Amino acid sequence: MYALASIRIALRALRVNKMRSALTMLGIIIGVGAVIAMVAVGAGAAARIEEQIASIGSNLLMVLPGAATSGGMRMGFGSTMTLTEDDAKAIATEIPGVVAAGGSMRGVAQLVFGNQNWSTAVQGTSTDYILIRDWDLAAGRFFTQEDLDGATKVVALGQTVSENLFGDGDPIGQIIRIKKVPFTVIGLLVRKGQSSWGQDQDDVVLIPLSTAKKRVLGVSQANARFVGVIQIKVASPDLLSDVQQQVIDLLRQRHRLQPYQDNDFDVRNLAESFAAQAESSRTMTLLLGAIASVSLLVGGIGIMNIMLVSVTERTREIGLRMAVGARSRDILGQFLIEAVTLALIGGILGILLGVGGSTLIAMLANWSTLITPVSIAVAFGSSAFIGIFFGYYPAHKAAFLDPIEALRYE
Amino acid sequence: MSLIEVDGLTKIYQMGDVAVEALRGVTVSIDAREFVAIMGPSGSGKSTFMNILGCLDKPTSGIYSLDGQNVSEMNRDELARIRNRKLGFVFQTFNLLARTSALENVELPLLYNGASSRERHARALACLQQVGLQGREHHHPNQLSGGQQQRVAIARALINDPPILLADEPTGNLDSRTSVEILAIFQRLNRENGITVILVTHEPDIAAYTSRHILFRDGRILKDERIETARDAAAEVAALT
Repeated sequence: MYALASIRIALRALRVNKMRSALTMLGIIIGVGAVIAMVAVGAGAAARIEEQIASIGSNLLMVLPGAATSGGMRMGFGSTMTLTEDDAKAIATEIPGVVAAGGSMRGVAQLVFGNQNWSTAVQGTSTDYILIRDWDLAAGRFFTQEDLDGATKVVALGQTVSENLFGDGDPIGQIIRIKKVPFTVIGLLVRKGQSSWGQDQDDVVLIPLSTAKKRVLGVSQANARFVGVIQIKVASPDLLSDVQQQVIDLLRQRHRLQPYQDNDFDVRNLAESFAAQAESSRTMTLLLGAIASVSLLVGGIGIMNIMLVSVTERTREIGLRMAVGARSRDILGQFLIEAVTLALIGGILGILLGVGGSTLIAMLANWSTLITPVSIAVAFGSSAFIGIFFGYYPAHKAAFLDPIEALRYE
Repeated sequence: MSLIEVDGLTKIYQMGDVAVEALRGVTVSIDAREFVAIMGPSGSGKSTFMNILGCLDKPTSGIYSLDGQNVSEMNRDELARIRNRKLGFVFQTFNLLARTSALENVELPLLYNGASSRERHARALACLQQVGLQGREHHHPNQLSGGQQQRVAIARALINDPPILLADEPTGNLDSRTSVEILAIFQRLNRENGITVILVTHEPDIAAYTSRHILFRDGRILKDERIETARDAAAEVAALT
């Protein structure tokens, strides 16, 4: 039998009982709509977490100076200065898989431009810092190795700082004072937004590490090479834990730590904590999807129910078709196509409902939702599957009716 | 060798503990181009016999060979194919699909043997013309009279050019004038197209238009007689108008 003719027969049969067909579809429509909307909510949450990972800089490791032990009393991390610029350089050159590594120091200082002033974080960094953080410039340039060597007084501003000092004006080329020292603004960083813990990442200015030590943060000559933190960019996420171990080994060796001694530093893998968050959001997506699938299942049972009624009602038609030469598989195909048509039309309407519903959720609840082509394809595929699965039993029942009894059926 | 050869046919229905013998050894042969009436009271086994002739049912024992093929040993799908190719069915209640045009009702058997949609269309039109229903191709059954509905059913039975037409009480739901008109179509198909027509009826008036009467009683053939002078339905219709 021809597919086209079968679909026409199916559509005609469904049109005969419009209300009944519509109500049967409603089960599938709600089921598919719920799956699409729930998965969209879950995927939206996961996408936000991924955005946050990207805003910190992807594939990032951080090395913090370690705890000092003084007379049996162990101090917290950062209580001593144990990391140096040379450590950063060694990590960058000796460990394969490291794209860049740079030390930086951070302090708070008052900035002044004209009659405006603003207190912000001043970060002395290497030239690689914006590469490591995946941070681009909105205007101007970043400082170079020469700026670093010469400890020139240049600064790149975060968006928040620029807005507070210059309003809508162009900051490039202006002179600002940081702790009364005049700096030339050479670059403006793009907006990075809030970090996952709510900190404004744009409320910062970047200056060369050497300048920071000499002019702003006031580091004594004795520990001129020390840095507050080393940031490392790794080539790919798969290498993160491997590189992490190598950094630990390298730094233990460089710091001449004996096996019985604790690390005097701490290597943190920021991706790890986000991976846990992403994992939990995936679990939530799965859970929401599973709950929504139950309504899809109920919709499928509705289809089976209506198809059984339809087979009983059309027993004489089935008998007649058999009498004029329909084989069992022709009848089976006809009723399967009818069930699948019912499910697919319901599925398409359900996809529209799901897309509309998740847009509404996004608007009303202000959640980020994400509808992927994959979730639409899966929804479409599963409604086809439901049509076949729940249509099979009634179709099989029709296909193996006794032709004589079917013809005589009242 | 005859078109239909039946030898020692039995059919036993098991109704719970009771075995009902519907056919108790039927042997008969029907040649091509015959016009046969199968008669008998209800419960005589004539319906069971027709169902087996129509390949809708299988005998419990005995041999049924149709056009040289032993049908009694075929499976479900093979029987479906025989019904599609060799047999045309006309029922008492017409059995047309509701909400479906006359044309599509006639096309129905062609859906199951791979004819193209253009071919289906052309052949269905030709068959409707043959039964005098040109111009009513797009009417639905509920827009047609009983006689017209039965003509649609006959056109449907003819669509695959079968050698045999099986009609089960085809005039049971029609008035006497329309019955004669329907019989005139059967007689024409029998004489001009050489189609073997086998008709089940319990009305002697209807059987009078056929040329052979087979009478069933208690699952056996009681009488099998050839009639030399059958009534001419077409002439009677002409005389009525």
